[in-house]
Amino acid sequence: MVPFAGYEMPIQYEGIVAEHQACRTKAALFDVSHMGRLRFDGDHAAEFLDHVLTRRVTDMVPGQVRYGMVCNAEGGVLDDVLVSFLQTPSERRFHLLVVNASNREKILKWFEPHLADFPTVTMSDRTELTAMIAIQGPMAIEVCKKLFSIDPSRLKNYNAFITDQFKKPVIVSRTGYTGEDGLELIVRAEEAHRVWENVLLAGREAGFVPAGLGARDTLRMEAGMPLYGHELDETIDPITAGLKFGCNLKDRHFIGEEALRAVAEQGPTRRRIGLLPTGKRPAREGCDVLSADGEKIGQVTSGGPSPTLGVPIAMATIDAKHAKDASFQIDIRGKTTDALPTKLPFYKRPPAAS
Amino acid sequence: MARDPSTLRYAETHEWVDVQEEGGDKFATIGISAFAVEQLNDLVYMDLPEVGRTLEVGEEFGEVESVKAVSPLYSPVAGEVVAVHTDLPDNLDNLNDDAFDFGWILKVKLSADLPDSLMDYAAYQKQCSEAG
Repeated sequence: MVPFAGYEMPIQYEGIVAEHQACRTKAALFDVSHMGRLRFDGDHAAEFLDHVLTRRVTDMVPGQVRYGMVCNAEGGVLDDVLVSFLQTPSERRFHLLVVNASNREKILKWFEPHLADFPTVTMSDRTELTAMIAIQGPMAIEVCKKLFSIDPSRLKNYNAFITDQFKKPVIVSRTGYTGEDGLELIVRAEEAHRVWENVLLAGREAGFVPAGLGARDTLRMEAGMPLYGHELDETIDPITAGLKFGCNLKDRHFIGEEALRAVAEQGPTRRRIGLLPTGKRPAREGCDVLSADGEKIGQVTSGGPSPTLGVPIAMATIDAKHAKDASFQIDIRGKTTDALPTKLPFYKRPPAAS
Repeated sequence: MARDPSTLRYAETHEWVDVQEEGGDKFATIGISAFAVEQLNDLVYMDLPEVGRTLEVGEEFGEVESVKAVSPLYSPVAGEVVAVHTDLPDNLDNLNDDAFDFGWILKVKLSADLPDSLMDYAAYQKQCSEAG
């Protein structure tokens, strides 16, 4: 167990590679209760979120989930988040923002002054009252079909609903951070243990395993997904980070919009790329990336062995002038290793056989 | 000739040392303990030193890397590297079953006596159980 953003969390249960492979071939269960969960109620909650997120919120219909960023006025990323628009069985509607554990306090503080302009909106931090469990892998949906009052296979990707299990409410969304199909559940904290055991039991024959932070990291890396503090921080904007799909710039005004528009028009000066170091030695975060002729042009933001591909993989942010280069070098703690560029993601799940 | 872990000496940093005399010189064969291999889990890479390199006690001679992290390897002895196990980096899986025989990493011709800080098997076992 390691301390992580105020939580005690396991790096691994059985082993990172075994958990990783279970997720790619069957399904794995992740306790992601450390992620921050902020609820927004009241008139104009959508307008408030629209003002603080890079992604349009005002046109969302109940059941939709979107990925976006919270930026400062300079376009620097304060956090990357999922926003859901949900409706309770009694037809009460609210928005839910899932933020990174390490950014929760910062985001709560950041929102406060902006909330003052939206007096009808209330923000409540639901993180400690609730728990969050991710079920990820090709078998996840099939096994969870009968676990809740409503069959989650009816959910499209990036959709969510509120249902119940044994009359206890569960928010179920078809989202994840592994590159696999799957669900993320939010339940009351006191129900977490029961739901966790329940899903593990239901998935026992299918080979479900609990997975820790280690596998969560190798899975998201293979899927080319950014991790705050690595690919993202306040010194990088979403467009430079390759996350333009998480920004709606047209006909909107939001915090950071002008800065992002400028980057979009002029083109970013840096780029996020995928690299395959040759040989077996993984390049890790912080390793310098060099051009083929040895000039320092950037840094590895995440890197490690890919259990699925069986070779090391790395993501790097580099000088945009070199984004189309045919080969690179990485300085791995004093030894220079050749690396070839590759398209992100490193791994894409095979299309579902339906 | 299977090596008996209970006859070896151990460094606090989990390297094992087996000392043999050959023709009046003392040679130390060095590896990492089964406990360390288990703790590291999922090994993917090992970096070996060059033959002929001179090592001091506590000097980093290479590194072993698991899926999650890089761990430096420290020399438990002083001397000259006379052999390295070049088959090992491509067969790290075998370390899981065979940390003490197939798992040898390098052989050093000693230039000084073994440091007093090296533990015997019982003391090392105690360290591992306390690390639990």
